[in-house]
Amino acid sequence: MYGYEFYVDPSRCIGCQSCVKACEECDTHRGQSMINFDFIDRSETIGTAAYVCWHCDEPTCAQVCPADAIKKGEDGVVMSALKPRCIACSNCVLACPFGIPKIVPEYEQMMKCDMCYDRTSVGKRPMCATVCPSQALSYVRPEEIANRREKPTNVFNFGEQKITTQVYMMTPPGTEAVVADITEFMWEKVNA
Amino acid sequence: MAKAPQPLAEIREHYGPHLNYTPAEGWARESKGSPETLVKTHCCFCGQQCGIQLRVRENRVVGFEPWEDFPFNRGMLCPKGVKRYLQSNHPDRLLDPMLRTDNGFVKATWDDALSFTGCRLREIQERYGKDAVAVDGGASLTTEKAYLLGKFARVGLGTRHIDYNGRLCMVSAGVAYKLAFDVDRSPIPWSEIPKAQVLLVVGANVGECAPITTSYIWQCRDNGGKLIVADPRMTPISRNADLFLPVRPGTDLALLNGLIHVVVRDNLQDDRFIAEHTTGFEAVKASVERYDPRTVAEMTGVPPEAIEKAAHLFAKADRAIAMHARGLEHHSKGVENCSALINLTLATGHMGREGCGCTMITGQGNGQGGREHGQKCDQLPGQRSLLDPKAREHVARVWGISPDELPQAGYSAQEIMNAIHAGEIKALFSICFNPAVSLPNGDFTREALEKLEFFCVTDFFLSETARYADVVLAGSLQEEEEGVTCSAEGRVIHIRNAVGPPGNARRDSDIICDLARRLDKGKYFPYREPREIFEELREASRGGHADYYGITYEKIDEQKGVFWPCPTLDHPGTPNLMEGGVSFFPDGKCRFQLAEWRESGDPVDTDFPVYLTTGRVVSQYLSGTQTRRIGGLVDIYPEPRVEIHPRMAEQYGIQDKDPVTVTTRRSEITLNASIVRTIRPDTVFIPYHWADEKSANRLTHRTIDPRSKIPEFKVSACRIRKADGAGGAQ
Repeated sequence: MYGYEFYVDPSRCIGCQSCVKACEECDTHRGQSMINFDFIDRSETIGTAAYVCWHCDEPTCAQVCPADAIKKGEDGVVMSALKPRCIACSNCVLACPFGIPKIVPEYEQMMKCDMCYDRTSVGKRPMCATVCPSQALSYVRPEEIANRREKPTNVFNFGEQKITTQVYMMTPPGTEAVVADITEFMWEKVNA
Repeated sequence: MAKAPQPLAEIREHYGPHLNYTPAEGWARESKGSPETLVKTHCCFCGQQCGIQLRVRENRVVGFEPWEDFPFNRGMLCPKGVKRYLQSNHPDRLLDPMLRTDNGFVKATWDDALSFTGCRLREIQERYGKDAVAVDGGASLTTEKAYLLGKFARVGLGTRHIDYNGRLCMVSAGVAYKLAFDVDRSPIPWSEIPKAQVLLVVGANVGECAPITTSYIWQCRDNGGKLIVADPRMTPISRNADLFLPVRPGTDLALLNGLIHVVVRDNLQDDRFIAEHTTGFEAVKASVERYDPRTVAEMTGVPPEAIEKAAHLFAKADRAIAMHARGLEHHSKGVENCSALINLTLATGHMGREGCGCTMITGQGNGQGGREHGQKCDQLPGQRSLLDPKAREHVARVWGISPDELPQAGYSAQEIMNAIHAGEIKALFSICFNPAVSLPNGDFTREALEKLEFFCVTDFFLSETARYADVVLAGSLQEEEEGVTCSAEGRVIHIRNAVGPPGNARRDSDIICDLARRLDKGKYFPYREPREIFEELREASRGGHADYYGITYEKIDEQKGVFWPCPTLDHPGTPNLMEGGVSFFPDGKCRFQLAEWRESGDPVDTDFPVYLTTGRVVSQYLSGTQTRRIGGLVDIYPEPRVEIHPRMAEQYGIQDKDPVTVTTRRSEITLNASIVRTIRPDTVFIPYHWADEKSANRLTHRTIDPRSKIPEFKVSACRIRKADGAGGAQ
C-alpha cells in the first residue's frame, strides 16, 4: 500500500500469537503460518518476539538459491519460492541471516512471508499487523510511527554482511543500525 | 436424581471437546460459487468486545476479516478473536434438544423437551415452594438475553434465586465502585489511558486477558508515561514496566494501603480534591497509619523502596490511572481491595480529569451489560436495587405485575450451589454457565449437581456441567441472535445476527419465552424478536443509573457504540462517567471506604505452605466450553501446567515438564511443571480453563467475599510434590 511501511517492535510483543493464528487463515497458504514467532527462553523471561520476513533489498535467500526460485517484486517484496522451480534444498533456510525461510515438507517448497501480497495489492493491510493487539507488528505511515518511543531503522550489520531491508526494526532512539556482531565495535573494524 | 449419565470416555467421544481447525468449506473459499457477505459485529469472547467482521456464506460463518473502522480495537484481535469463527459449524455443536435416559442422552422434540421441563419445574415448585428452583445465567449472553432471564426467573418462575457467572468475574469491583461512586461502571473510556503520565496496574494480566488494552498501555508509554505493575507473576506487560511490584498473593490490600500511607506521610495527597469531592478521608488516613513501608514489605514481599517509589510516581503525576482486574477482585476481601485502590486514586486527586481515574478491566464478554439489567440476585434493570421500593414499583409497572409479586433478593452463584448441596434448592435452570469447571472446589460442585432433582441446561455445546442435566436445550451462539452487549469501557455495542442456529437448535430468547408459555406466563413474554426485548429494556432501565432509554440499535451503528447513561434519544451518551470528579450520589461526592487487611479464607500453614493462584492464558476463555474446541487455540497452550520458580523446583527436586501433584485442603491434581523465573518462589500458578482431572478449581476453596460474594480464586494454600509413578500428568 502506497505510503505505508512495515515496522517490527519485539519490545511490544506480548506473546499472544495472534499474528501466527491470523496468518494461518490466509486462503493462499491455508493453515500454514508464515510468522516467525519465538519464546526467547520461557524459563528465564516472559520475553517473546514475532517477526515477518524483512524483505531485504538484496535478499540473501535469492542470491543463494540454485534454482533461481526466489523472486523480488518491483515493490521490493520477496516472495516464497516458486513452486515449479523450488527443489527444497534449504540453501535459503541456512543462508538467511534472519532465519526466516522455512521448508514446508508436505509441499516440498520454501514458504515465507510475502507481506500479504493478496491483501496489500488490493489496499488492505497485512493480516498480522492489522490484528496485532500490542502493535509489535505495525503497518502504518511513517508519520504515525514517529510518535513511538522506539525509532525505526532498516540497517542490519551481521559482521561482514550489511543488509538493508523493506521492513523496519524499532530500536532505541539514536540507533543507526542493528548490530549483531561484536567486530562492528572493534578498533580494527572502526579503523578499517 | 441427576447424575452424569454416561462414562466420561463415551461423553467425550460423543460431545467432545473435538478440535476444529478448518473453515466450514475448507480453505480455498474463493473457488466456491455463492457470494460471501461481511457482517460487522463483535467478538464473542472477553469484555474488550472487539469489533470484527464475520465472513458469512449460505448461513455459515466461514472466516473473519478485521474491522478497522471500529474505534476501540481498530482491527486488532487476539488469537481468540481470530479463531472465534471456528465455533460455528463445529462437529460438537448440539443440534437438537436432548433428554437423559439410562442409556445416555437421546434426541427429543422441542415440544417434548419443553413440556417435560415446564412440568418438572412446576412439580418441584408446587412441592417445595417457588424458591426451590434456581436460575443460573451468564455474562456471555447479550444484554437482551440477560434481561429476559432476570424477568423469566422473577415473573416466569417467581423464584428469588437467580444469579450468573459474572459473580466469578469482577463483582468485587462492582460493589466497591457502588460504595465509592454509587455506580458500577468504569469511570473512564479507554481513550484516557494513553493520556496518563503514570499507569498503576494491579492484579491484571492485561497482555493475556485483555490483549487489546496492551496497545493503549504501550501508547501511554510512547507518550512518555511510566508503567507500574503489581502482580505475583511477571506477566507479558511487565516486560516494559518501569517498576514491578512482586506482591504476595492475598496482600494487595496491604500494598495499596502502604501506598496511601506514603502519600499521606509525605503530604502528597490532593487536599483540594479531597475537600471538594470526597467524604471519609480522615478515617482512611488514620487507618493506613500502621501500613508503613517496612511493615508492608514484610506482608507483601515488595521492597520498602519500591513501595515509596510507586507511591511517589503515582501521587506526583499530574495525570495517573489505576487499573485492576481479577487479581485484585478474586479475594474474600475483594471489595476492600478495590476500595483501597479507589482510595488511592481519590487521595491523589486523580479523578474526573483528562488522563485520570481508576478502572476495572471487566473480563467477560458482556461482563458489563450482563450485570446491569437484572440477572444479578439483588438487582433490577437499569442497575437498580431489588430492595428499593421505588425501583420495584417502576420495574413492576413495565412488566405489568404488582410490586408485591416481585420476589426479594436471592442467593449469589456460589450460594445457589451451596443451597443445592444442602438440599434447599432442588432444581436448576442454567444457561451459559459451566460451574463444574468455573466454581471453586469442583468436587463439591459435582456432588451438588448430582443431588439436583431436576436440572435443565441450555447451551450450544455439551459443557461439563450439562453432563449432569436431565434436559439439554440446544441454544444459540452469540452470532445467531441480534442484541447488544456493553464492553469494559461502558460502550453499548450492537451484536448482529450473522447466521441462524443450525439444525434444530433455537435462539436462546425463543427457548426462554417458549418455556415461560409452558409455565402459563406467556403473556409476559410476547417477544418475537430481540429488538422487542430491547425496547422493553430501554423502558425498564429508564431513570436508573444504567439508563439505556436513549439507546437504539440504529444509534449504536451510527456512533459505533453508545456509552451509558444515555437518558434521551438526542443524548450522545456518556464516555466519561464522572466528569469533574462528580459521583452518582445525590451530593455528588466520592466516598472513601475503610479497607483493613485480613487473612485469606484458606491461609498457608506448615501442612500447606505454598500459595496457589489461578488465572487465564491468552488462548483460552473462561471454562473453555468454546475455546477448548478450537484447534488453533488449543495448539498454543494445549494443557494446563503448573508454574513454579526454579528455587522452589530445586527444593522439591522438580525438573521442567515433570508431573507435579498439587494438593490443597479440598483435593489434588497432577499436572506438568513449567519452571519459570517469572513467578514468586513462594507461589504456584495454574490456569483454570480445563475440566475433570486437569481442573484447577478442584483445588480452590469456597470462601466468598461477604459483600460481593466473589470466590477467592486468587489465593489458596497448597503443597506440591513430584508425582508418584505413572499416575502422573497425561
